[in-house]
Amino acid sequence: MAIEVQGINKSFGATPVLRDVSVDIASGSLTALLGPSGGGKSTLLRVIAGLETPDTGTVRIDGTDATRLAPQRRNVGFVFQHYAAFKHLTVYRNIAFGLEVRGRPKAEIRQRVGELLDLVHLGQLADRYPAQLSGGQRQRMALARALAVQPRVLLLDEPFGALDAQVRKELRTWLRRLHDEVHVTTVFVTHDQEEAMDVADSIVVLAGGVVEQVGSPGEIYDKPANEFVMSFLGPVTRLGGRLVRPHDVLLSRTPEPFAVEATVTRVVRLGFEVRVEAATSGDDSAGTDVWAQVSRGTADGLGLAPGDTVYLTPQPA
Amino acid sequence: MLYLSLIVLIPLAAVVWRGTRRGPDAFWHAVTTPDTWASLKLTVLASLLVALINVVMGTVIAWVLVRDSFPGKSIVDTLIDLPFALPTIVAGLVLLALYGATSPLHLNLAYTRASVVVALLFVTLPFVVRTVQPVLLELDRDMEQAAYSLGASPGVTFRRIILPNLLPAMLSGAGLAFTRSIAEYGSTVLLTGNLPFKTEVAAVNIFGRIESDDVTSAAAASTALLVVAFVVLVLLDLVQRWGVRHD
Amino acid sequence: MTKYVLRIVALLYLLFLLVLPVGLIGWRTFQHGLAPVWTALSSPEAVHAFAVTLSVAVWAVLANTVFGVGTALLLVRHRFPGKRILGALIDVPVAVSPVVVGLALILVYGRFEPVGGWLRRHGLQIIFSLPGMVLATVFVSLPLVVRAIAPVLQELGADQEQAAHTLGAGRWQTFRRITLPGIRWALAYGVVLCLARALGEFGAVAVVSGGLVGQTQTLTLFVKERFDNFDSTAAFTAATALALIAVLSLLLAKLLRPSTERSRSRVVAEASTVKGDNH
Repeated sequence: MAIEVQGINKSFGATPVLRDVSVDIASGSLTALLGPSGGGKSTLLRVIAGLETPDTGTVRIDGTDATRLAPQRRNVGFVFQHYAAFKHLTVYRNIAFGLEVRGRPKAEIRQRVGELLDLVHLGQLADRYPAQLSGGQRQRMALARALAVQPRVLLLDEPFGALDAQVRKELRTWLRRLHDEVHVTTVFVTHDQEEAMDVADSIVVLAGGVVEQVGSPGEIYDKPANEFVMSFLGPVTRLGGRLVRPHDVLLSRTPEPFAVEATVTRVVRLGFEVRVEAATSGDDSAGTDVWAQVSRGTADGLGLAPGDTVYLTPQPA
Repeated sequence: MLYLSLIVLIPLAAVVWRGTRRGPDAFWHAVTTPDTWASLKLTVLASLLVALINVVMGTVIAWVLVRDSFPGKSIVDTLIDLPFALPTIVAGLVLLALYGATSPLHLNLAYTRASVVVALLFVTLPFVVRTVQPVLLELDRDMEQAAYSLGASPGVTFRRIILPNLLPAMLSGAGLAFTRSIAEYGSTVLLTGNLPFKTEVAAVNIFGRIESDDVTSAAAASTALLVVAFVVLVLLDLVQRWGVRHD
Repeated sequence: MTKYVLRIVALLYLLFLLVLPVGLIGWRTFQHGLAPVWTALSSPEAVHAFAVTLSVAVWAVLANTVFGVGTALLLVRHRFPGKRILGALIDVPVAVSPVVVGLALILVYGRFEPVGGWLRRHGLQIIFSLPGMVLATVFVSLPLVVRAIAPVLQELGADQEQAAHTLGAGRWQTFRRITLPGIRWALAYGVVLCLARALGEFGAVAVVSGGLVGQTQTLTLFVKERFDNFDSTAAFTAATALALIAVLSLLLAKLLRPSTERSRSRVVAEASTVKGDNH
């Protein structure tokens, strides 16, 4: 286990931010800490880095107890949401910083920084200042800087949060590919479930300072531990007294066993899929709004219009 | 615009005019009269020293005000501006009370060069503090933490990361302190005893010349002061521009 | 550890440079009780000095306020060639020694040609009388009001004023109803700074006024004159009075400091503490 976190409790003043959190992170994995804002994810990351001290609990990195170790001694790389670029230093000097501070010989630094600049495709910009770079470039520089000292663990705090959607998607793919090349244990914090599912091998869902579930993206999506995880990870609708995925709802014009009767309120065509919104008319939950997501073909086949009666069956029943 | 001219521009121009009217030789002669030259030298050197001390102490005080917390800190923060608000003659009297002949600390600095430095330190106290403080407040703490995570100790981080970012503000405050010091009159007039060649600052010397109706020499010395101040202000402006290039 | 060292160094420096001297003056003043203080304060010279100081200051503040508002509006809302020079010139008074200010005014408005002579012939006395002192005070406090309201004017933006124009408001109406209320706290702040500066001016007024007791002697000149005449009680008392005024104006200015500046520094301070525990 590269990182073992046991029983971490942390409060800021009277507000508890982490409650008895225990997580194990496998060596070489790419793990996402996923959850809503304020859920404690960043705090946990910073506790691992040593930038925050927990009230109780332990942190072990590569088998050694790091709980009381200063961040300088933990050899973890940290990438901040707003880059934390050293704005008075060039890109080259930024990346070289960790090595310079360790007193490495100039030739070694030059070689290593060169490798990293190539790795992150910033070779042309080595002599520029961070202010002259785009957000995406700055974040790549920050990553190169963190990797320069060959950390045992790489921690990223909402690394793409400050970038626009297009750049975010590009960097996501790029991070995945980077990890495949470099194989360093990586943990990143995000509140974007699509991002977590796209990039990570394993996801830790953290909300309200408590670990809700740990697992692979597939596991967490298909077998959510509770309603919160389910609704956080993807779209949900309530049918027959429980939460189901809208794309798991079967529509028909005729009554089916276990089906719920409803009146169509809206049919929205969203490109390749169609959203059918309806209000239940059965006596047990009359008037609740539900919606189903079906393909265009299915929708055309049924030919639904507002006011029609329709029967919804959750799958699996 | 007219207002500005009447009150500021024309009178200042008159000073320069008067001071240089009889040509560069006469100007130089007036400026290098032994006591005037001594006062100018003392003023510039003392102001440099004061600017230097302020760079160090001003940064320390700004650091403590921004990063530290203790009961009464906001009172201290307000007090820093007192030298701005206090009439200079009162400042002089106040320092005389503590560091003059009747000092309860038995520390008599009157008539010494040190008294000039003390007086100037008093009136320039706020300058570096107030230019460094906002920069320190806005400094991205993440940068420091990034440095820690890369292995830099707090000392190294201060030297390599924080200080370079504070430097423009420190220099700009030092420049302001310097220009204020060379112009200072009221606070030095009591404590220093105004001994020519020893503790007489430029402004006092000029005042003396005015009183003895030697207006031309007074104007010459004043012009010298104005030139020095102007040069420093231009340098300050350059420093500001240089400081912004990274933002 | 370093934290405590720095704190102690800073506080000791401030103690010996600032707190002790100022505190000592207050103590010395009231050392022998309230009676001598009262006598000193109510002497005709003291009262007169106070009156002179006040009237000079009021005139100077008025002039600079009008000038300040006009110039700020000019600098912020209009563009014209030489704008940068105007901006730079406004800051000039800060760099000039007060004694030089006095000299400059004497050279122009004193007994010298051309202007001074003309004034003389028409019986207008500027130097060695109140008008000269007002001029000197105006000079030294010139930038204060402008620099206080310019940034606020900038942040306010011209939109509201333009909206008022489209609704039919004239220039003066717009100014009175839209602009002025917008800058009123910044203006108050600038006025307080200007007043404090005016009340405390010493060097320039010393040169220009001749310090004639009972006539052109301000409170600051009074302090020096009494001290020179070994009347330390009167000197200390007046000094304490001036110091109190200074402290008051400091507190007032702190209260009035344009809210953008205050809230910005508060926001920054909060942000730096919250950053650590963002979700």
